[in-house]
Order: sequence, then C-alpha cells, then structure tokens
Amino acid sequence: MDTTHHLHDVDYGTPASVSEKLVTLEIDGFEVTVPEGTSLMRAAVEAGTQIPKLCATDSLEPFGSCRLCLVEIEGRRGFPASCTTPAEAGMKVRTQSPKLADLRRGVMELYISDHPLDCLTCSANGDCELQDMAGTVGLRDVRYGYEGLNHIKEQADTSNPYFTYDPSKCIVCNRCVRACEETQGTFALTISGRGFESRVSAGESQAFMDSECVSCGACVNACPTATLMEKTIIEAGQPDHSVLTTCAYCGVGCGFKADMKGSEVVRMTPWKDGKANEGHACIKGRFAWGYTTHKDRILKPMIRSKITDPWQEVSWETAIGHAASEFRRIQNKFGVDSIGGITSSRCTNEETYLVQKLVRAGFGNNNVDTCARVCHSPTGYGLGQTYGTSAGTQTFKSIEKADVILIIGANPTDAHPVFGSRMKKRLREGARLIIVDPRKIELVSSPHIKADYHLQLRPGTNVAIVNALAHVIVTEGLLDQQFVDERCDKEAFDYWRDFVASANNSPEALESMTGVPAHLVREAARLYANAGNGAIYYGLGVTEHSQGSTAVIGIANLAMATGNIGREGVGVNPLRGQNNVQGSCDMGSFPHEYPGYRHVSDDATRTLFEKDWGVSLRKEPGLRIPNMFEAAMDGSFKGLYCQGEDIVQSDPNTQHVIAAMEAMECIVVQDLFLNETAKYAHVFLPGSSFLEKDGTFTNAERRISRVRKVMAPKAGLADWEATVALSNALGYPMHYKDPSEIMAEIARLTPTFSSVTYEKLDQLGSVQWPCNDAMPEGTPLMHIDHFVRGKGRFLITQYVPTDEKVTPKFPLLLTTGRILSQYNVGAQTRRTENVKFHEEDRLDIHPQDAAERGIQEDDWVGITSRAGETVLRARVTERMQPGVVYTTFHFPESGANVITTDNSDWATNCPEYKVTAVQVVKVKHASEWQENFHEFNETQLRLLKDKVVTAEAAAGTR
Amino acid sequence: MNAENLIKMANDIGSFFEAMPNREQATRDVATHIQKFWEPRMQKSLISYLGTHGDGNLKPIVRDALREIHPASFAARN
Ligand code: SF4
Ligand code: SF4
Ligand code: SF4
Ligand code: FES
Repeated sequence: MDTTHHLHDVDYGTPASVSEKLVTLEIDGFEVTVPEGTSLMRAAVEAGTQIPKLCATDSLEPFGSCRLCLVEIEGRRGFPASCTTPAEAGMKVRTQSPKLADLRRGVMELYISDHPLDCLTCSANGDCELQDMAGTVGLRDVRYGYEGLNHIKEQADTSNPYFTYDPSKCIVCNRCVRACEETQGTFALTISGRGFESRVSAGESQAFMDSECVSCGACVNACPTATLMEKTIIEAGQPDHSVLTTCAYCGVGCGFKADMKGSEVVRMTPWKDGKANEGHACIKGRFAWGYTTHKDRILKPMIRSKITDPWQEVSWETAIGHAASEFRRIQNKFGVDSIGGITSSRCTNEETYLVQKLVRAGFGNNNVDTCARVCHSPTGYGLGQTYGTSAGTQTFKSIEKADVILIIGANPTDAHPVFGSRMKKRLREGARLIIVDPRKIELVSSPHIKADYHLQLRPGTNVAIVNALAHVIVTEGLLDQQFVDERCDKEAFDYWRDFVASANNSPEALESMTGVPAHLVREAARLYANAGNGAIYYGLGVTEHSQGSTAVIGIANLAMATGNIGREGVGVNPLRGQNNVQGSCDMGSFPHEYPGYRHVSDDATRTLFEKDWGVSLRKEPGLRIPNMFEAAMDGSFKGLYCQGEDIVQSDPNTQHVIAAMEAMECIVVQDLFLNETAKYAHVFLPGSSFLEKDGTFTNAERRISRVRKVMAPKAGLADWEATVALSNALGYPMHYKDPSEIMAEIARLTPTFSSVTYEKLDQLGSVQWPCNDAMPEGTPLMHIDHFVRGKGRFLITQYVPTDEKVTPKFPLLLTTGRILSQYNVGAQTRRTENVKFHEEDRLDIHPQDAAERGIQEDDWVGITSRAGETVLRARVTERMQPGVVYTTFHFPESGANVITTDNSDWATNCPEYKVTAVQVVKVKHASEWQENFHEFNETQLRLLKDKVVTAEAAAGTR
Repeated sequence: MNAENLIKMANDIGSFFEAMPNREQATRDVATHIQKFWEPRMQKSLISYLGTHGDGNLKPIVRDALREIHPASFAARN
C-alpha cells in the first residue's frame, strides 16, 4: 500500500451485510454473489457499476428518500429504490434504461431548481455528490426556473468554529441527521418543517454551538453537498492528496486521512477502513490539530544554567552537547543512579523504545518511567498477575456482541468518544448497561440510552463494590463453574471463593461504606453473571486509587468467575488515556521491565538485551516517577530527561513536584511548547508533532498503527533523532537511519512483536499484538483456550479504605476527570478553537452542598486539601452526589493538582487522583498558590521572550 | 528518602498480602514485591531508618518480609 491514499474512497451506498449466507443474482447481465441482506445498490458496486444516489452512503442505514437510485427488476412492476431493496437469489436487475434515465433526470431537476448554481465558486467543487449526480444523469436543463420559492438566500450558521451550515445548499437528504444518530449517537439534528419548508436544524432551531452538538464532524462527513463543510476547506480549497495516519490524542487510536495541499494539512478525515474507528472521529482528532502550527511552538533548542536566567537559543549540537556533559558531570559527582528519564505516552513506540534504551544502556541505570505510571500502571500489574499479560483482552469491535456492558470508573463519551459512540450503538440495539461511578456520567441517561443500574458509589470504594458483586455471584450460585474448573488455578480459586463468600463482603455489609443500596448491587451482579456475554470496560476511575491494582485484580476475578473471557462480546477492557499508553508500557518504559513486560532481574532476558545492545545492564529496578521526586528531595537524584510529558501540571501534589524540580541540577525537556515542566528546565529540545514523524502508536486494543510523516520536522529533527543525538553525545552510539530500523530491533528482541514490520502494517492497515510466528496477522482476542500465564489466577482482594477520609476539616471528597473537548494537560487543545467548548476548569458541586455553603453558579470557590489550596469557579449540578465534588485539570492555572495528594496505589505508586478530602468555601481572591503561579509564569514567559539568540542558532546550524 | 512515606508504602503492600490465607507465602509475596519494584536506595533508606528508629508502626508482615530480603541488616540489629 502506498502511504498516499485516494482522496475519495469507494462509497458502496449501504453498509456491508454480515450474513454468511450468499445469494447470486444478475445485474446488467453480470452475475454477482453477495451476502444475504446486501442491498441492490451495494451489489451493483460489487458487480462493478455505480447506481446514482444521493441519500444513501455506506456508513448509514438506507433511507430511501431521494428516489435517484431506482432500478428495474425483471418480473416486478415499478421502479424500486436499490438502496432499500435487498438482493435476492436469481434476481435480474437493470440499472440503466431510457425510462430510468428519464425518472432520474426528473428527480435531479427538482433538486437543482432549488439549489444555487454557483458550482464554480462553491467550496465543495470537486467533492460534491449533487454535482456528480447532475453529471451522471445528464441533466442539461432545468424547467422550473429560480423565480419561485427557494432557499437560496438563507444565511449560513458559522457558529461552530470548525464547520459551517449553509442551508441554501441543503437537499434534505437526511444523511447528517442519520449520521448524528447512528454514527455519533448524539441526536442533535432533526429535519424541522414539512415539505418545501423542511430544513435541517440543530437542537430546537438553535445555532450549532448552542445545541447538543459535540462537534464530532460525522454529519459534515456524511453531507453530500457543501451544506455542512469544514471551514479549512472553505478557506484553502480541496486537498490534492491524502496520507494515512493515526490520531495522536486518546487511546482509541483512530485512523485518519491527513488531507493535504502540498505540505499543508487542510483537513483530517476519519479513515473508513481504520479498524479502531471505522470512519468515525471526535472533535479532538478531527478538528483540533491547529496546535501543530501554533505560534507558541518552540522551534529552536535552548539552554540556560539556572531557571532564573533568560533562555539562550543555540544549535542542536550545542544543546545536545550541553545536556550530555551536564548528565555526565552529575553522574560523576552524585553517582550513576543520580539521573533518569521519562518516556512519553504520546510519542511513538519507536521514540519511547529509544528513550528507555538510552536510560538503560546510555545512562547505565533503570531509572526510566512513563506517565502511564500515573494512569494505567495498576492495569499492567493487575492483569499481569491474574491473566499473565498487561493488556485488554478484546477488540473494540467485540462490543457489537456484548449483551451486558459493565462500565466501572470510565466515561467513554468524554474520554474515549469514538469508542463511546460504538458502545452507544450497541446499547441502542438493546444491550443492557451497568455503570459503577460516583458521578452521573452521560451514559447513565442520554438520548435512547438509560443505564439499567447506576451504582453511584462513594469515591474510593471500588474494591468494596467489586467484592460485593463477587459475593453475590458466589453465594447465589451464579459462577461459571465449568470455566473455572477448566481454565483457572483451583487452589487460588478456592481461597478466593471462601474470601468473597464471607459475610463481610456482602452488599449489605458494605452498603454503609459504598453508599450503594444492597439490592441494587445484587440485581446488577445477577444481570452481569447471567449476561450471556458480559463485557467490562474500565478506566482511570478504577486505577487512580490507593487500591487501584486491587480493583483491577477484582475485575479480572469477576470476569473469570462468570466465564466472560476468551470470546467475542466479553472480556476485560481497560480504556487507555493517552494515545500511546499501551505502547509506552509495551516498550519497556517501566523501571522494572524490558520491552514485552520482562523483569530486569530475569537473567535470560537481560542477557538477550546485553548482547544486542553491547553493554552490561543492571538487574535491580530503577526509580518510578514519584520515587524520582522523593530521591530529588533527598539529594540523590539530580538530572532528568523528560520527553513529551508535563509532570509539573499532571502529577499530583504540585508543590511537592515543584520542590523536586527545583532540587535538580539539569532538567532536559523535549516538547512542542514551553509547558509547565519546561519552566523549570535547563535544556529545551524542540519536539515534533505527530504530523512530522514516522512511527507507530498502539491503542487500547493492542492495535499497532502507523503514524506517517506528512511534513518535515519543523525544528529540524524528529523526536527519535534528538534521542539518537543525545545518546551519541553521551558516548553510547546509536545508528538508526529510519524508525523502521528501530521497529526491526523491537521485533527482534520482543517475542510478542516478532512479526511486526512496517511492510506488514502497510499491507494490513494495523495489527494487534501478539504478532509473531504463531499469530502472523496479530491477535484480536486473547486468552481463547488458555490464559497467557497458563491457568487464570484468582487473587484475594481485601478492601482497605483509603487514608484520604472525610473529616470535619475536609468534609467533601474531590474526584478529578476530563472532558471531551480538552486533552490531558491541554497543551495541545488549549491552543485550538476547542477552548470555545471548555474555556476553564470548573468545580462541580451538588446543589445541597452548594446551598450549605452559600455557593451559587459561577461563584469563585476555594478548594483546600491537606496538600494545598486553589480557587475555581463553581458549577452547581445534579451530576454530583452530595458530599462529592469534581474538577478537570486541563488548565495549569486551575491548580487541580495543587490539591491532590501523594497517596498512591500500593503496588505501582499510581497516584490517587480520584479521592482527595477537601473543604470548599466561597472566596473573593485567587489562592496564594495561584498568585505565585501567575508571577512565576510571567517571569518564565519573559525569560523566553528575552531569549538570547546565539550566532550559531541564528545561522540555523545543526 | 522520606521514611514516613516509605513506611506507608511498605505497609500498603503489607495490607494487600495480609489478607492471604497462607501467611508464609504472603510474607514471601511482600518480599518479592519489594524486591521487584523498589529501587535499591528505597530499600536501603527504609532499612537504615528502621535500624536507628525501630520498627515503629511497620506492619509485622512487612518487617518479616524485609528480614527475608536483608537478613544481614536485621541480624546486626538483633
Ligand atoms: S458534529 Fe456530530 S454531534 Fe454535531 S450535529 Fe454533527 S454529527 Fe451531531
Ligand atoms: S445538511 Fe447535507 S446531509 Fe444534511 S440534509 Fe442537507 S444536504 Fe443532506
Ligand atoms: S476518539 Fe480519540 S483517537 Fe479518535 S479522534 Fe477522538 S481523540 Fe482521536
Ligand atoms: S439513494 Fe436510494 S433513495 Fe436515495
């Protein structure tokens, strides 16, 4: 497959039929065989011909309204619409005849008589199906004239920052309405009015921005005319070529076509054949890519000796040389273990692999970690212990077979929007739904979806709820004993069974802690256990707790106990936060393990890497991120190479993190922007965006997809090249000419990747690991006949309440999360029009708690915990339960992490972001921390503005 | 490194394994966990703190596990 891609994909008109039964028919004299249920329209495409159409497109169910797709069928009267008529065995179909041509011209004539004839200057010129159809049917003349009533003068709605709605061009084909319903599941659009009056309308005749629309772009994609059109295309014109790539935002890992004009991106179109997204996207990937060319991007390397000095712009060579000599100086003075690195869960597998290699082989220690530490490290531990592999068990597609969906601590419609849409589709088809979440997330009740059970637990009691569910399954005889006997370790199961069966773990006994009525827990447990196919999806609401790993283990136990593992429609599915969290974990970013999850103390593995890398390697684990901070505070950790992460904003207990930063002597930050961490850095290496580099990302379903360079790195070097340069300067030579060579090394050294090559990815589009000799095309479903570790291992999961408890001083529990339009620390999305959807972080508080404190909507409120204080504006909402408040952390000045504490998961040190005891009061001023932040920020921006440009930097030498 | 934090972290590990019915195995699991995930200076800091300040509120299962990993340091104390 060429990396460039056809601008226009074939449109089959209607979705593929999944039937296994085939039928053979004749179309225009040619025989064609298709699955039963295939439309005549689609069958015609298979037979090599196209029937004219307007209201049909293959991402949507047929609608049959435009009457352009009429055909003749031998032995039948009339002219049925081919989009709504299923193919039958033995049919003889004609798609062209003089009569059909006449009818079609008549239809087109009506459409065109109410359509502006400004084709030459229309933004859709070259990409308009109406135009194409007028050509196809041979329309030469319009009899009705434009004097009568028409819509040609109607005003466009430009309220959405990314697309316009120009009703004058609308042909009322209903594709947008159906896209919003079927593809996205938001139901924001309707056709209002009847007959001639009918028009598309968002919400109740509102502007798009005021409606329920979440700006996913599905309607824009589906629209056959210029009515719904991306603003970038209106401005720049139609693209000249496309390159297939992968979204760099969330763990869904949507495939995209980067539509290009020369080396400029003019649109990101969701890729129809992308297996993670099947042609859908969300506001982030689809529209929020403007940050890649934002003026705040730093494109020259910079150095300074103290963080109070102005930056000095230098050449790459100088910056890398400076970093290397500082690192060596520190190691000479404070020991080999005094420096470390942080790999990025946003960078490619190849880049991540190189950073961990640099640390292990170049630095000579194992002090490497990744931001997955602070999100999904408990998943790695929990699933590793129980099943033997640190990854989700299914494909996204598996949801289409789920009968009962159990969501714990995840909010897919905001954090994993495209998967959220796929989930909603299945729920509308009738799958049942159980939600375990302290908040009333969107899926609890949204158009055409209502959760059967919402177990609205108190934050921090996941393990108690999971144990209570298990108690019901065991004591009410709902176990899948056959599965357990065949697939699981007997002794471990017996221990577990006796443990969960004890009265302490009954829903009744735990009710006072979880706050969830026992009968609801019982009913939910029965529903899941009797599901047929029960599928669990969970997110950071499970992992980011002091018992995060215990909860993951508990979830794995539930799935084994009910036999919900090893086939489609079931499984345990962690929803990953950032795009390459899975990949960064796979690539050996953790201080205790090599790529492929093999412990550094394992002699055979270590020898393998020592031989390949030509160095001797350490067998003790290195420091994890929070341990690095602790070690910095005690003076034994002094230097850090941080690629593509913003630990100062994203890690908990900001003031502690900052103290650790200030205690270090050399911090090297590689990023697109001067992020919060970079404000404490001594060397800044300009990063490259996902549009500027080659590599791979691995999404939450273990799917490895290509990221392709569509433009040259703006700063001269791609991120992997900068790491190579640093390694060379440190005296550990690396000689890669291309990221494909890095992948070859990964494959050579990692059994689960051994058959992965770029050629294969180009050929298949993507593969799910394990991809090796046994499974050369990858492994969609895991643990089919046996667990990766052999027998599944049940583990006892004692509920231990967190130390973050409410007290008279801190009577509320704060939990944190994210929102659809913003991404993580917001460095990217805040630099796009997405801020129009979310311009500040707010504190969500229940009306009752607000009233008790005299707090009203929009009031400034101070939030205090034992770690610190910050001030936000309040949003009073019933989504919260009394006693629980919530905020997002997308803006640095919000200081959400000033309040979170350094409590962490017992097994992995993943911070407990989801539970902090706080008090909330009405205030008039920003907090002291915010005032200091403001001042510090101003200073740092000034030091950037006043940067000294050295001659070599000005000359642009490398 | 901050001993209070280390003790808390160690005790949290202890709390998980304490629930296991086989105490001997559980102690070994605590020991393995610490060896697999704690960088040497963390282990060293904790041991040396305990050496000077006594076991304080360290859970017995953790103390036993540490004794398994670092018998020499404990022998020196007793
Ligand atoms: S952008 Fe998405 S949510 Fe908005 S109207 Fe279109 S399909 Fe619906
Ligand atoms: S806006 Fe586009 S998709 Fe929607 S009805 Fe009009 S022409 Fe069809
Ligand atoms: S769902 Fe995730 S991967 Fe897909 S477009 Fe949105 S942010 Fe990108
Ligand atoms: S395409 Fe079949 S009726 Fe419109």
